[in-house]
This record gives sequence, C-alpha cells and structure tokens, in this order.
Amino acid sequence: MSDTEHPVGTRGLVFNEPLIFDQGSPGRIGYSVPPCDVPAKKPEALIPPHLLRGPIPGLPEVSEVDVVRHYTRMSQWNYGIDLGFYPLGSCTMKYNPRVNEDVARLPGFRQAHPYLPDALAQGALELLWELERDLAEISGLDRVTLHPSAGAHGELTGVMMIRAYHQAQGNPRRKILIPESAHGTNPASSALCGYQVVPIKSGPRGVVEPPAVAAAMDDQVAALMITNPNTLGLFEEHIAEIARIVHAQGGQVYGDGANLNAVMGITRPGDWGVDVLQFNLHKTFSQPHGGGGPGAGPVGVRKHLAPFLPVPTVEKTTDGFALDVDRPQSIGKVRSFAASFGVMVRSYAYIRSLGPDGLKRVAETAVLNANYLMHRLKGAYHLPYDRVCKHECVFSDARQLPHDVKTLDIAKRLMDYGFHPPTIYFPLIVAGALMIEPTETESKETLDQFIAAMQAIAREAQETPDLVRSAPHTPLVSRLDETRAARQPVLRWKPKN
Amino acid sequence: MRYIPNTEADRRQMLDAIGVGAIGELFTDIPEALRLKRPLKIPPALAETDAVKRLRALAARNADTERYNSFLGAGCYEHYSPAVIGHLVLRGEFLTAYTPYQPEISQGTLQALFEYQTLVCQLTGMEVSNASMYEGASATAEAILMAHRITGRHEVVVARAVHPEYRQVARTYAAQVGLVFREAAVTEAGATDLEAATRALGSQTACLVVQSPNFFGGVEDLAPLAEAAHAVGALCLVVVAEPIALGLLKSPGEGGADLVAGEGQGLGTGLNYGGPALGFLATREQYVRHLPGRLVGQTVDREGRTGYVLTLATREQHIRREKATSNICTAESLIALMASIYLVSLGPQGLREVALQNLRKAAYAKDRLAKVPGCAVRFRGPTFNEFVLQTKQKPATLLAQLRRKQILGGVALGRWYPELPDGLLVCVTEQKTRADIDALVAALGGTR
Repeated sequence: MSDTEHPVGTRGLVFNEPLIFDQGSPGRIGYSVPPCDVPAKKPEALIPPHLLRGPIPGLPEVSEVDVVRHYTRMSQWNYGIDLGFYPLGSCTMKYNPRVNEDVARLPGFRQAHPYLPDALAQGALELLWELERDLAEISGLDRVTLHPSAGAHGELTGVMMIRAYHQAQGNPRRKILIPESAHGTNPASSALCGYQVVPIKSGPRGVVEPPAVAAAMDDQVAALMITNPNTLGLFEEHIAEIARIVHAQGGQVYGDGANLNAVMGITRPGDWGVDVLQFNLHKTFSQPHGGGGPGAGPVGVRKHLAPFLPVPTVEKTTDGFALDVDRPQSIGKVRSFAASFGVMVRSYAYIRSLGPDGLKRVAETAVLNANYLMHRLKGAYHLPYDRVCKHECVFSDARQLPHDVKTLDIAKRLMDYGFHPPTIYFPLIVAGALMIEPTETESKETLDQFIAAMQAIAREAQETPDLVRSAPHTPLVSRLDETRAARQPVLRWKPKN
Repeated sequence: MRYIPNTEADRRQMLDAIGVGAIGELFTDIPEALRLKRPLKIPPALAETDAVKRLRALAARNADTERYNSFLGAGCYEHYSPAVIGHLVLRGEFLTAYTPYQPEISQGTLQALFEYQTLVCQLTGMEVSNASMYEGASATAEAILMAHRITGRHEVVVARAVHPEYRQVARTYAAQVGLVFREAAVTEAGATDLEAATRALGSQTACLVVQSPNFFGGVEDLAPLAEAAHAVGALCLVVVAEPIALGLLKSPGEGGADLVAGEGQGLGTGLNYGGPALGFLATREQYVRHLPGRLVGQTVDREGRTGYVLTLATREQHIRREKATSNICTAESLIALMASIYLVSLGPQGLREVALQNLRKAAYAKDRLAKVPGCAVRFRGPTFNEFVLQTKQKPATLLAQLRRKQILGGVALGRWYPELPDGLLVCVTEQKTRADIDALVAALGGTR
C-alpha cells in the first residue's frame, strides 16, 4: 500500500530522444512500397513539369525500428489514464475500455468509405441511428445530430440552429446570456455566430439565481447557455424556473452537456426545459482523449429545432436506414461526410456495455467519489462552496497563499506524488481554483492515495514551502518558460545552416 | 460492472466517511419533479463477448474495401497504413492523455505535435502550422474566417472545383457573420478558370479559395491564381483534400498560397466511414496570431533543457472567451500523431514513390477506361489519382451493375453538379493492382 513515504510515482528509466528531424541517414526508409505493376511513365509525361516537386527536403529518413523507438520513448514522457489518476476537472478522464478500440478497428468500420451507397452501409447507418436514439433517451431530447467533431463544435452547431430557428421567426436576435462560470468555448461559440455575450453572475450558493436571468432577459436574447451540473460541480437547482423565464420571452435554453456524467439515468436535461444540448463523447462516453482529440460533440434538440439539424440525418425507412439530405430548413453542413464515425463506434460499444443500470451506476459512483474527496480534503484546503457536489469539487489555494504557495505549485507538486494535477485556475469565479473530478472508474484506494498526497502537500506548504514552489522534481523536465515560448515563438524545426 | 472498481463495501465506507446514509442523499439537490422515475429505455448491458458479437454483426453489413474492389475517393482515400501506426497510437500514454495542459508530464504529446507542425509545413511549403483542426471542410471554413479577420473584407471567391461538401461547410460557417460567396467556374480542362476567377475577385475579396488536386482530380496551376488574388489585395487559400499528392506536386507555398487548409486522412489514418479525420491549417509567419487552434512551441525549463509547451494561448477561447480567434478546443491530436508516423515512416523517397504509384495507376486506369465503349474522360487536363468519367449509361445504373460484381465503381457527380449528370468520379490509389483496374474495365464492357 502506498502512503506519503512511498508515493505512487517514482523514477523509471526514461530516455532522451531528439527530434526525428535530427535523426536518420540518407536512404533509410521505414516503409516498403510494393512494385508498380502498371507502366512506369515519367511524371513529366503526365503532369506539366513546372507543377512538380522533387523529394521533400528535411523529411526524416529513418527505419521502422527508429520510428518505433522514437514514438515509444516519447510516449514515456506522457501521463495518461492508463498510468494513474487523472482528476482533471470538467474533462471526465475516465478509463477508456480497450474492447472499444478493437471494435472500432473492425474492417467493416475502418475500411468503409463514407460515400458507400446506403444499401451497402446498413451496419454503419444502423449503429448511428441506434446511437442517436440512445443519446436522445439519455438526454430527454427528440433528435440528435452526430456530426460535430468536438464539444465546442457541438456548441457552435447548437447556436447555429438556435439562430436559424429565430431567423425563421423573423429575427435572429442579438444576445446570448452566459453565466460567468461557463467554459470559454461558450462565449467563443456564440461570437462565431455573431452574438453579443451578456455575462450572468452566479448567486452566493454558486448557482444561477432566477432574478439575475429575469433581469437580463428581453426579446433580443436568443438563448441562455448553461452548464448543468455547473463548473463548480453544483446542480443548478433553479434550472426549471430559469428555463421558464427564458422561454416566456421566446428564448432558447442551451445546455452544455460537458458534465452529463453526473446525472445519467437520474435526471434528464430535456425534462429541465433544455432545448439544445451537446454531448462530449470523449468525456461522458469514454472516447479516449488522445492528447487533444479526436472527440465528438453530438447535439440533441427538441422537436421544434429538428428542421434545422445539419445534413445528412439518418432516417429509418421501410427499406432500411438511409441518409437524408433533403431538409430545406437545415443550417447546412458543419463537417464533411456524416460523423467522426470511429468515435461513434466506441461510444456505442460503451453504452451497450453499460446498459441503463450501468449508466446510472456511473453517475452515482462519480458523484460518490467526488463527495468523498471533497469531504476528506476540506480539512486541508479551502472549499468555497461547502455543500453536496455532483461530479467534481472545487477548492482554492486560500489557506496556502499565506505561505506563498499557489495553486500552480500544488499542481506541480502532485506530479512528484505520481498524480496528474486537477484543472487549475478554472472556473474563473474561484480565485486560485483547484477543480477535481475523480470519475467513477477510480477505486477508493486510489482516492485515498490522492487524498494522502494532497494532505502531505498541504503540510509541505507550511513546513517546506520551497519544496512545493520548486516542484515538480520527478518528471523529465522542470517548469518550462512559457513567457519565452510566447515572446520568441519557435513553432517548427528548421534545418541548421 | 467491470469499469467501476468500487464494491458495495467500498461504497458503504465512503458514505460513512461523508456522513450520509445512502447514495440518494447525494442527489437531494435535484428537485424531485426533475428526477427520472424509471430506468432509461436503452438496451440492457452486454457482456464484452456479446458486445463484440453485436459490433461484428453491424460491421459485416458494410461493404468494406477488403471485400469490395473500391474506386471511391472524393475526399476520403484508401491508402495503406503501415502496421506501426496502429500499434504506436494504442500506447496508453498517447491514447489516454488529455490536451497537454501540464507540459512537464506531457512532453511526448507536445514534442510529437511540434514534429507534426513541422511536417505539415514541409508538405505544404508554409511557415507555420497549428496542431490540428477537426477535418478538411471545417478547417477550410476556419481559414476563410481567418482571411476575413486579416483583410477585414467580406467577400470570398471559391472555385467550383473545390470539394462540394467543403463549400457547403464554408457557407454554413460564413453565413453566421454575413460573408458573401462568389464562384469561379471550371474550364474544359477540368481546372479553375483563371479569367472567371479574376472577374470575380475585387477590392472586397478576402480570399480566393482553390483546391489542388481539385475535386475532379485536376492539378491546378496555382501561381497565376494566387497572383490574381494578390493583385486585388486578397489572400490565396489553397485546399488540399488528398495530401499524398504533395509528395509529387509543387507545394501550395511555392504556388503563392497565404493559407493552406486541408484533410490529412490520406496519411495512413483509414477510411472509418469518413471520420475521425484530420484537419490541417498552415500559413505564413506574419499571420500566426490570427491562427485558430492549439500551437506547440519550443522553450527551455529551469535547468535550460529543451522542452515544449502550448503557446500563443492569448488567441484562444479559454483566455479570450468571446474575443478568441475561434472556439476550437479539442481537435485531432491522435490522428495528427498517426499522420506524423506515416510521413516519418515513408520519408521523402517513400512518399514520392507512393504518390508516383497513385499517379501511374490512375493514368493507366484513365487510358484503359477511355477506350471502353460508352465511356469517355470528361476533362483533358492533368490529373493526380482521380478523374471524371463520362458514361453513356446513367451513373446510378452503371454503379448498381458494378456492385453486383463486388466493384464500387466511383462517386456519381450529379448530386452536386447538375451540369455533370453523366459524370463519375473514379479514384485509383496505390492500393489498386493492375488486376483490380482491369476488372473494372472488363465489368464496364472493355477488354481485359
């Protein structure tokens, strides 16, 4: 068993590995091109010579062995869920089931072309159709588009649909209300659709109060975007009343579904009055995050917004499943083809593996784990909103600041203990925020180890603050000079002269 | 449940520690009226073996390229993916990491993305690339918005030979901020009409958008098009939907492009029924602060050791919120990693050789099909690995006949181009053998 004397993290054998461009030797290759069995015409005979280039200078020349070692060594410099606890708040870093990787690579999926005639893609279409039905049921909404490639892409698609809906009523409206605790993508997505963003303050209990919405609401407000549970990990308990206020003036309620993990099978956004909601399949539905994608951000809507869904939709017909492009009120397309299909396969496999009871168990356990952490850590860290939380809890560095130890220092010190830090300095409404989301796939033992590490760091902040301020000590590199990176940007390798 | 470690005993201990009697007490903040009082209506849980059976059954009902002789391209290309790619991206350290917000324990992802940015620059002939976009069409749309921000202009001239779905996506995005689109027609050679493009360009044009190889497979002469755009102070945005072509064709950068947006799916990432794919976006150094998306930069740590971080974040949504260059956050890092491994494995010679095989095999197919009674090659200009076949029979009828012989003959163009009701877009990659091509020729009534 691990304690602070024996931290989870320790030192292994880690290799230095230069850039691939500084390796290799002319003539080396990591690929075997099969012989060409058609006439080997000169390219100049087929394409005007002034449009041709020679071999690309600077591309590495390495063997397959070099390739495998290069990427394997670099991978060892990364932290991943497979290695340990990754409590990155709002990111829902749950275990990524391996069977999902296997099924996504079945030749019938991996080698299926997006322009297959529908009759020859019935398996893919049935999967998409069933996944749409499942997501609609989980969210309590009527239709779901699977097109968007990420959460922010889903937000953008949702806001576009809201705009098209208002446009169809004669006025696209000008404003979108967004609580201050929202993710930065909410205002950025709204701005891409030409909307002015009106911030809404949270009340003293950490949730949006109906009077604040009522005061900002008028007939020029297109929508309210609200994350529930919010980024403090709190359930927006007035959500139904807020939705009524927005609807009364013809506005739409956009639900940011980033935190759906906490409520699956327990309560449904559609039943709160949400009109549009994006799902983050790379959070709630176990698509691996891959170091920054691929994810997917399907968007569910109520019936009245369904005419505006992007094309194509998947429909069930008497002849089987079909892609439908004939939707005159559609916002158009937000990506090529029909979806990030491989992501859909993984999420479909995940939902099938869990079933209705499993999904509810996910939500319950995620919430139990978060409340356990919150309860056990509030002795050592300042907890600005001390009430039952959902999937995550937010602490601050208020008790460590007198020792000149900041949230950033605590985060870096956690690495030495073998943990990925929580999300830091977000949400913005908590100064020095430490946002911890354990997810349901962590055992009590892991949570206890993390708690022990956090408590040890709180002690260190008092007794040996330099140790915390100079962390991390274990990883390959220490704190990096981000100012230099931004002031003198080096964004690519260049050959040395 | 195999993905949830906590047992009933664990739950009990944790509830006791919190001081509540039951899990339900952790949900009392959800108003009673909003609670779901029945189980979700989704199918019951499957054991892993049963889940696999279900997925296999679905996969078996798709006509994949292992079972069908496929000539489908049109923005999604069948290229061989070396085995190392599949193995390396399954390493959990890459697969199960988040966006590299904590650089000290994310150097693997960061250095790999720095290398990816370099590889995209080398391929496209540009100076700076971001760390990936969603896919080709939305990358094109974001590049147009970028041109709009740089120039402050509101019109866009788009070649009709740009992928029709890319044009649709660009319109969807641009409509939100009121950009006006003009179109540049296609010549009889199957390339963008320089005169038409020049006529459409004006003092309000933010950018000219051309694709090479274009949607009909035609190789565009970019330099005069870029010059025409520059002559009116507009930017030139070159779209690349088939990156393998850049192993042989002069880079967009050399052709005068200011922005290059495209699709990296062709770089060994698989078909996947269209996604996940890989958008890329590259530009000149002077425009770097207008780029959307993540950027990785080189720096040093406290001991002076080289390391990498996400940088120039003041462009981005988490800092700038509604004033950001884009809302993009999660993109396609793992697919960018796959594309990098592909390019690094092939190297300059391998990439050139694969591109050459595409060119030669498509040329062979084009020659043979041109001689089939009832078939003709629609455009006379140079093409890379795709070309438009004009057929006497309706393409739909023809394709249905071919399907009965396990051949996917191409993509009918009529749905996007009413002026090409008899047009069939045929793609021939290095994966096709001479026998595969001869089988298509024979099935269409030509001789073996």
